[in-house]
Order: sequence, then structure tokens, then C-alpha cells
Amino acid sequence: MAAALSAYKNGVKDILILERDEYLGGILNQCIHPGFGIDYFKEILTGPEYARRFINKLEQVPRIEVSLRSFVVDLTKDKVLTFLKPGSFNRIKAKALIMATGCREKTREMVHIPGTRPAGIFSAGLAQKMINIEGLIPGKKVVIVGSGDIGLIMARRFVLEGAQVKAVIEIQKQSQGLLRNVVQCVQDYNIPFFCQHKISKIHGNSRVEKVSVVKVDKNFKTVANTEFEIECDSILISVGLIPENELIEMAGVKIDKNTNTPVYKGLNKTSIKGLFVCGNSYKVYDIVDSVSSDSEKAGQSAAEYLKRGKK
Amino acid sequence: MNKTLTCIECPKGCILLVKIQHEKVKEISGNICSKGKAYAVSEIEHPCRMLTSTVCGKGLNLRMIPVKTNAPIPKSDIFKAMKEIKKLKIRKSVCAGDIIVRNFLGLKGINLVVARSCSRI
Amino acid sequence: MKIYDVIIIGAGVVGTAIARELSRYELKTAVLEKEIEPAFGVSKSNSGIIHPGTQNHCNSLKGRLCVEGNKLMRGIAHELGVDFKEVGELIVVFNKKDIPRLIKLKEEAEKLGVPKIQIVGRGWLKEHEPNLSKKAIAALYAPTAGILSPYRLVYDMIENAQNNGVEVYAQQEVIQIKPSKIRGSKKQGYFEIITSSKRKFKTKYIINSAGLFADDISKLAGIDDFKIKPRKGEEFILDKKKEHITNHLLFPLPAKKSKGVLIIKTSAGNPMIGPTACDCVDKYDLSTTDAGLKKVLSSVKRMIPSISHKDIIAYFAGLRPAAGEDFIIRHEDKVPGFINVAGIQSPGLTAAPAIALMACAILRQQGVNLKKKKIFHKTREKTTHLFEMPFSHTEKIIKEDPDYGDIVCRCEMVSAKEIKEAIKRGAKTLDGIKFRTRAQAGRCHGSFCTCRILKILAENSKRPITQITKKGAGSEIVLEKRCND
Repeated sequence: MAAALSAYKNGVKDILILERDEYLGGILNQCIHPGFGIDYFKEILTGPEYARRFINKLEQVPRIEVSLRSFVVDLTKDKVLTFLKPGSFNRIKAKALIMATGCREKTREMVHIPGTRPAGIFSAGLAQKMINIEGLIPGKKVVIVGSGDIGLIMARRFVLEGAQVKAVIEIQKQSQGLLRNVVQCVQDYNIPFFCQHKISKIHGNSRVEKVSVVKVDKNFKTVANTEFEIECDSILISVGLIPENELIEMAGVKIDKNTNTPVYKGLNKTSIKGLFVCGNSYKVYDIVDSVSSDSEKAGQSAAEYLKRGKK
Repeated sequence: MNKTLTCIECPKGCILLVKIQHEKVKEISGNICSKGKAYAVSEIEHPCRMLTSTVCGKGLNLRMIPVKTNAPIPKSDIFKAMKEIKKLKIRKSVCAGDIIVRNFLGLKGINLVVARSCSRI
Repeated sequence: MKIYDVIIIGAGVVGTAIARELSRYELKTAVLEKEIEPAFGVSKSNSGIIHPGTQNHCNSLKGRLCVEGNKLMRGIAHELGVDFKEVGELIVVFNKKDIPRLIKLKEEAEKLGVPKIQIVGRGWLKEHEPNLSKKAIAALYAPTAGILSPYRLVYDMIENAQNNGVEVYAQQEVIQIKPSKIRGSKKQGYFEIITSSKRKFKTKYIINSAGLFADDISKLAGIDDFKIKPRKGEEFILDKKKEHITNHLLFPLPAKKSKGVLIIKTSAGNPMIGPTACDCVDKYDLSTTDAGLKKVLSSVKRMIPSISHKDIIAYFAGLRPAAGEDFIIRHEDKVPGFINVAGIQSPGLTAAPAIALMACAILRQQGVNLKKKKIFHKTREKTTHLFEMPFSHTEKIIKEDPDYGDIVCRCEMVSAKEIKEAIKRGAKTLDGIKFRTRAQAGRCHGSFCTCRILKILAENSKRPITQITKKGAGSEIVLEKRCND
């Protein structure tokens, strides 16, 4: 939304936003906790409220077209997009394209946690969506793997919804999330926090039954004789985000294999002229305010690119 | 006595060193702004937290409506608050900012506020 | 109570292949499956390889039925709309001293009738397998090896069998088999089967294709002379981006009890490495291990040095139902009417169509009149998968049914319509949806689509969302609902 508004402000009048969900706002809609907008709006807002600010701005500009439930299935190097909607198949060509596709979460398999594959293993984002959007509680005795902000926020959310959070397990020496979240999510609720530990095995055939936990050294190697077990029915995996750039990779954009983000010297630019990336799919930011600022820059860059093309 | 706190007012998370006497804050250091000072006093003398959760919707375009307290509430009231929130149901269209419970938990000036607009379908 | 002619115990690849074959004849046939859906036992861990028949003793049932099955599978796959791809296999050697073994494998394969088998050298390997280690000096090339989706095959076979009159009962664990009573020399007796849900079934013949539990079922009938010793195999799935890292299935020289660690091409496109081979005691232990990962990686790096642990996006373990050296496929004369089809480990998938024919032959030998039905629906309409079709076709079907444009699984491009169709065809669980449609099998592993799939399952199977499971009772996903509607 920020990119569209910025492009408009900088002179672009023909703008279409393609959103795959049934409402605008993306992941912010399920981030019901406060902490957004401190820089951008100088207020403390919840995720949905932050998104609402931009939706309001968007509603002031009816010329910016919005297409919901629109899923892009193909992108070519000539910026031809194919997208599907319930009941319609569409193909359009963009003069400039801004990708704001955000991130997906790293899965249990990517961090190689051995053991069984029962029900009860969730990414933090999935658990968050289940609880905050659908009103479904996926676990009552939870172990959280990874102390990034999402994991910490979900620790608190589970406790508030009546579940028991048995532990937060972090492989690094210290928490990977903001200190304020360690205080208000873990310390406030006396949740056992194990740094320099990892899960060595998941147990349970149908549903999670327990986890084996071991201490690790600074090289992440298991320290002998430190194994203990925690009984639980759910494991929340919160071990990092991966920018979603598969579409632009399909179009031939050069992607850095390590970060899954485009390789290019210019900010928000990619190896395809007129194709820009912004927000978390450009770089994983800590706070949404940075995402909005970055997206505005991308909108401006796109506008400048189009102006140059007209000459 | 001395106590170390992490300020939670903003993402910076300043480490505050607080000198306490007779359960009252005497001196604060380590804060970058005035919010830190206010936080330190509050955290020692009457710890409070912002509470956000969701309320069930019925007949609306959203199944769960996010809500928040308009100001931090006493930490000790959090679970009582969650119990009350779970009893609520929203059946009509509401806008972000609407108050659904005034003087929540009998706390003066504390309201439970809608954080996302929704409409009847 | 209805008396069936044949009841098949176990709806895995073998049971469903037999069911489909029997559905050609005028017989009352039923399949009893312990789990909530077919293919949830041994078959779901199958690697999907249709073996050419190499690496089997020329006098073995395994060898003979594999070669026959390889031929038959193509026709069946075509009839049922299952994609079969002939990719060929290479058994690779790195040492001159292994060449005699390779030659011996070739000779044994030729005795079995494995077609077009030949030994290829460095030059051929460089051209046709560019990523193969330069240290590979030769390979045995068997072009008739193929790949398909094992669970899709099971579902399509059982659906076709049902379409031809076979009854399928899931969540029916057989707990008792009362033997047939011969009433007079002319009348034939029947078995009475009792299941865990207290249901009773009467049948003249039983075909035991119960996979890991075939020995337990056989024991219930009174035959106790073999034991299923599970042998665990861990497999690791690589990112689809590595699809073309190999052109053929790559095998090392076989070990004593297993084919070794392979580099497998799967029908979905993702390469798969594994399996390990580790004798197990627990028939329910499907855990993967760090040791398994290390072993597989070091073995495959020898063949394709560029594979790294970073490429691994998923892993799982399966248990081979091993009962000695060869398949056990026989009528048990001590218990007339009881037919064992047990110990079906590799090449069980490939052999399945041939095993089915053998089962029919055994029934004929026992005096069963296999009379062909006048109408047999040989084919079934191929399942629609958005990700398999050209966009021109996508456009057409979305016009016909708007639900095809409603994308639920973003990583694999699966629409709401495909998920609803899978439920109509028998999917009851998240895993059932995954195996039939590939939704949740992509890079995000269900993070984005699980909510929606739960809702569609609850709505379409008219069950509360708290009863939707990953793979049957005990694996419920939602423990509590915030709101009571």
C-alpha cells in the first residue's frame, strides 16, 4: 500500500494492487499486539490499526485499483503477469512492477530437527493465524523453538489464551528478539527460557508427546550428558523468515542464494529494468515502520523509472 | 536497593538502572528519553501492561475481532481481563476505535476498544 | 449377513492393486483398511520407483514379478490417469574391481528378462549425467526404470476398484479371524472377521496384504511361520529447484540387504535422497535421525558432490515390511481360503500389478470361478491438477468452474476446487489432502494454507473443526475453539 501511495504521489496515475488474500493488510491483520507505528505515526498501534491507516489513505485515492483474492502464478522478464481469481484468469503487462510479497517462515525441516512427524508442529505464523484470525487454539502445552520476536509474541499469546508454555528454546547465546519482548512475553509469565539449547528429538506418533532438549556449545554442537525431556502437545517453530521471491526468480531475476533476495547494487532494484522489490521481500526488517519507509522509496523509484521511459 | 530493568516503551529497549527506597523509585539512569523514566516508576510502583486480544464475532465478516485496552492495565489484572474478554461477543458492525466496554474491570478511564473494523454480512 | 467372495486386508499399493484386478470379475469383494485412509501405512513412504528388475535373484518372486510388473504398470498408469515417466536407472561404480559385480548384475538381469540393459562408460556418463562425480567409471544402465506418485496410484486404483463395485471400509482394524467351517464336502465354509470397531464381515477367501502387520494378521488365521521385521528407511527431499541435478535414477552397487542410498527423481519434481536401511523393532517408529541424515549425505555426495544439506526441505521415514529374502505369496493349505501376500518390500510397488495377477491365479487354483464382468470400467478420468496444465487449459476450467481460480495452496498452486474434489474422492485428513493434491507439500509446509484446508474439510465433511486430524484419530489439529457457534 505504501509503495502504491508513494508512486501515486510521485506522478503515477495508473496503479493496480494485486493482493492474494481476501482483505488488504497482509500479515499485519494477524499481528494483534501493539508496537507498530512508533516511528512512522508517532503512536503505538496494533498491526490491524497500522494497516488501517494505509487502507484509509488508499480509500482517498480511488484511482489506485485494488484486486483481492488475486494470485499471481506466472511472471515473465517482460513483466507480463498471469494471475488467478475465483472465476477469472487474467494476463496483464506492467510497465513497472513493485514486488511486496513479504516472507514465509523457515520450517522444522530446514533446521533439521530429527524425530517423528506428528500433528502439533506449527510455524509461529500459522499458530498466530489460527488463534487471532480463526479463533482456533492449536495447543495447550507448548514448547517454542526460536526466540525471535514472532516466537516471543506467540509465547505470550498462548499464555493469555489459557495454554501452558513449557519453554522457549534458543540455540544462540541470547534472545534473537527485541529485549522488550523478552520482558513482556517471557519474563512476565515466568516462562523457562533456555539459551544455547536445541531440540534433539520430537516424540509422538499421532500428536506431539514430548521433546528431548540438549545444551549446545558456541559451535552449536551438542554438549554430552545434558539431555532432558519436556512433555508437551505442541511445538512452535520460530526460527527465521525467508523472503518470498520465487516469482521474480521465475522471471529470471538474479537471486542471492543465501538470503533469497535480489542481487543488485541499486536500492529496491533488480536485474530486470522496471522490476522493484520492497519491504520484507527486499530485506527482512525488524519493524514495520522501516518496511513502509522502504516501500515508499520503491514507489518513488518506480515513478522515476516510468518518467525516464516517457522521455 | 538497585534494580535493573529493560524499558519496553519502544523497540530500543534501554537498560535502566533504578535506585529504590521504601518501595519507591528514587533515581533512574540509562534512559534515552522521558518515557523511560515514566516506565521505571510505573514498573516498580504499579506495573501495568497494554492488553490485546480477540473477541468472537457473530454474523460478521470477521470471525475474531482484535481488541485492546486504551491504556495499560495493572499486571495483576491481566488474567481476570482475559476471562472477561472471552465472555464477550460482537454481533453488530463496529469501527476501529469504537469502545465496546467502558471502565473495563471497573478500572476508571480504561476502555476495551475495537482495533479492526468489521461489518455484518 | 452378506458373504463376500474375497476380503482383502490392507489398502496399500498391493491390496488396492489386487482389489482393482478382482473388480474385473463377478465377485463380491471388499477391502478392510486399519487406518483412516488407504495408503497411510507402508505405501505412503514409498519412493515411487518402478524398478526395471535389476538386483534381484533370477529365481526369485521379487525378480520375476518386478519385470512383469514394470511392463504392466505402464498400461495401468495410463488407464487410471497416473503420470508415469520412464527415466532409466544407472547403477554406478567407482572402482575397477567392482566391474565384475556389475557384469554379474547385468547377467542376472538378462536371465530375468530385464530389457535393453547395458554397461556404459565414462564418456556416456559425462554426456548423460553431467553432475555425476568424475570418479564414476562405469554404470549398468537399465532404461526401463520409471517413476510415478505411489499414493496417487493407490488412490486412483482404489477409486477405480470402487467404481467397479469393490467396497472399501476404512478404520477397520482386523482383530479376530474365525476360520471357515466346512459344512459337508460340497458346501464351502467362510471366515468371520471381527474388527476393532466391533463390525463383522463374512468371506469365503481372505487375501492378507497388511504390510507391516501381515504377520499379526496371518497369526490370527493360524499361520505363524513368518515374522515381519521392520527395516527403517529415512528419506530426504530436496528443493524442487534441484530437479535437473540428475537425469536418471542413480544407484550405488547394492549392499547385502538393501539397494543402498539412492538419488531418486520423484514425479513431483523434487529429487529425493535415501533411504537408509536400519533394522527396527517398533512397527510404529517413524522417527528420523541425525545419523540417518549424515549417512545419506555422505553416500550421495560420492555420486553428486554438489548436493548439500542446505538443499533438504523435508524428510520422513518409512518401515519396510521385510519377511526374509523374498515375497511370501501363497495359499495357506493349512487354513483353506487364506492367502498370504506378505513381506512385500522393494520392489513391491513395481510388482504390484503382477502380484495382483498372481493372487488371481491362486484363487483360480483354489476353484474360484473368475467370471469376467460384462461391463468393466477400465479407465478413470485423470485427476485435475492446476499445476500440471498449460495456462490455456487453466483459463478454460476457471470459466467452467470459478472455484478453480480460488488458490488455497500458494507454493504448489492448488485450488479450492481440487481440494473439494479430493474430499469427494475420499480424503478425510490433512495428509489425505496432501497426498492427493500436493497442498501442504510445498516449501512453506502448510504455513499459509492449513487454516483454509481445515475449514474446507470441516465444511465439506460436515464435521466440527476440532475433529479434523492430520492422519486419523489422535492427530487432531485444533484442541479448542474460542467461540461456540
